[in-house]
Amino acid sequence: MKEPTDMGMNRTGIGTSPFDSKELIDGAASSVPSSEGDASGIASLRISYTTESGNVGTMPPPSSVKGAVKSVLEGITARNPAVFLDKLAERLQFERTGTRMYESVLAKFDALGSFDGGPSRDTLLEFHGEELKHFHVLRSALESMGADPTALTPSADIAAVEASGLLQVLNDPRTTLPQALHAILVAELADSEGWDMLIELATNLGHEAMADDFRDAMRAEEKHLAHVRQWVANHAIQDAEGKLEQAA
Amino acid sequence: MALDLTKEKGVALDAQEDFTWRDMVREPISKLNDDAFTRLRIILMNGIEMEAIRFQHAFARMNDPVRADLAKVRRIEAHQQVLVNWLLPADQSPLETTIAYEQVAIEVTASLALLEPDPYIAQVLRFGLLEDFDHLYRYSALMDRLEGKDANAILQSYTDVMPGRPTVVEHRHPLDDLREHYDRNTADPLTKLVSLTIMSGEQQTQNYYQNIGPLFSDPAARLLYAEIGHIEEQHVTQYEAIIDPNETWMEKWLIHECTEVWNYLACMEQESNSRIKAIWERMVAYELGHLHHVMDLFRRVENRDPFEIIPTSLPERIKYMSHRDYVRQVLKNEVHLRTVGTRFVPVDQVPPDSPSIAYNRQINADGSPSQTVAAGYVYTPGGELVKKAA
Repeated sequence: MKEPTDMGMNRTGIGTSPFDSKELIDGAASSVPSSEGDASGIASLRISYTTESGNVGTMPPPSSVKGAVKSVLEGITARNPAVFLDKLAERLQFERTGTRMYESVLAKFDALGSFDGGPSRDTLLEFHGEELKHFHVLRSALESMGADPTALTPSADIAAVEASGLLQVLNDPRTTLPQALHAILVAELADSEGWDMLIELATNLGHEAMADDFRDAMRAEEKHLAHVRQWVANHAIQDAEGKLEQAA
Repeated sequence: MALDLTKEKGVALDAQEDFTWRDMVREPISKLNDDAFTRLRIILMNGIEMEAIRFQHAFARMNDPVRADLAKVRRIEAHQQVLVNWLLPADQSPLETTIAYEQVAIEVTASLALLEPDPYIAQVLRFGLLEDFDHLYRYSALMDRLEGKDANAILQSYTDVMPGRPTVVEHRHPLDDLREHYDRNTADPLTKLVSLTIMSGEQQTQNYYQNIGPLFSDPAARLLYAEIGHIEEQHVTQYEAIIDPNETWMEKWLIHECTEVWNYLACMEQESNSRIKAIWERMVAYELGHLHHVMDLFRRVENRDPFEIIPTSLPERIKYMSHRDYVRQVLKNEVHLRTVGTRFVPVDQVPPDSPSIAYNRQINADGSPSQTVAAGYVYTPGGELVKKAA
């Protein structure tokens, strides 16, 4: 199979058509903008809309009596439990999407196979199972606090928008396994940061048992990150050294 | 609220040229906080405006004397469409918007079917309803399995997620999508408003799917959009067929403007978000202005009273509410119906030489995307992974 780094017919650079590009450059140079200024006008518009806009949304009200009671108790200690719930829901959304992401990588693996120093199917399956497990851990955590784990909170919504580009890469039939792994690397980096922050938050709020569960998840995520990082690097190095043919 | 069209003149057409870009591109609604029916109203009114513009373009291409009037009214409609459709937020993904489109197709069609006085047209609506109901189930499965998202965050528990008439059997020969049309001279005015509204809604859905399908990298998603976009084309064919083709162009324009007033009025009366309600109020006033402009034109061009065509007082409006029980009842009683030409028959009465049987076999010859994406799928709050052990 051809690698994306093989020489091909890429036409995007201005150097592809020396005569036409000269015409283009000369034509542009002889023109005058129709209005004065620079890109700062766009920034002004963004500032103007941002100052006038509300938020993407807010947290739902407590879904159970238990949740309402807990919120009141937490409120007495001047803590805002909604922040913790929002962050738990963010990770929950991310882990659920992460499980689907590993399903996409497994399909890529089954279609294209791996490379020397790349993932095995069993390892991908193991990581998929761990993402699913973390999703369940977070559901339990939210339920134990009387929160509705199906609610889409503001941070969960934003995390889903962030992940949308990764899904596009993972599910494109034209992307290779290393390209898909690069998308997973971005996801795992964000995931690792997310768990780290969640553990700190749980500890600060006195949810020690929960923090312990999260540390288990964090260890698994660190393992994922280390592996994915290595797989991506292994492929790039072999490709650069022209060793991929031999590896395949 | 009774609205007397002989008295309510709205805002004159010339006074409607007050749009600026900033006025049109406003803060969108909140995907998380606004009521699902606010989103549904925005989507349906986008469809109504889109149809108004497309109709007026076709009219202008074939009717020289009214080109100038059409150009003026159409420009305002285009501004209205931007103002309304751009209220959808960017954190609502194309797939989430799709879920909302199907919720429109279910809840609005159910309401229209209940309003519709002509039993045959009501049957046409219920037939389409069960197909869109199935689309919602397929797209929900796709979103859960592709993006790990729960469709109910969009649906807000107003609408069921379960199979309807299976999409795989919905593909018919074009001749089995044609329907009998109402009679322009005897039809209840409400039938005209209902027919144009449903046709507009389905047309925007078809347009949307045909355009957003390529945004997806996932082949299963692309295939599903291709398949359901195909059904929406069938639905546009079905719903435009119920509209009397013998209406004059001017008659049709009158009905279009009246439909716009009727629909914006329903939005205004039922809107829960005060910021959006103010937009609906303005749109009602503008559409009344369009309607009176066209009524005057109609009097001059056709030398007839416009109230021969449209009602003097607007009839009962669409109800923006959950129609769960009604939809379940239709599902139970009518899921087995198929079409033979313009007739609805039980599946066991479809003749073996029906052109739709051969048509369906051909188009599904390489497999059925809608069957693949929803294989074994049962909606579960929080996604089907909830039921899967780690």
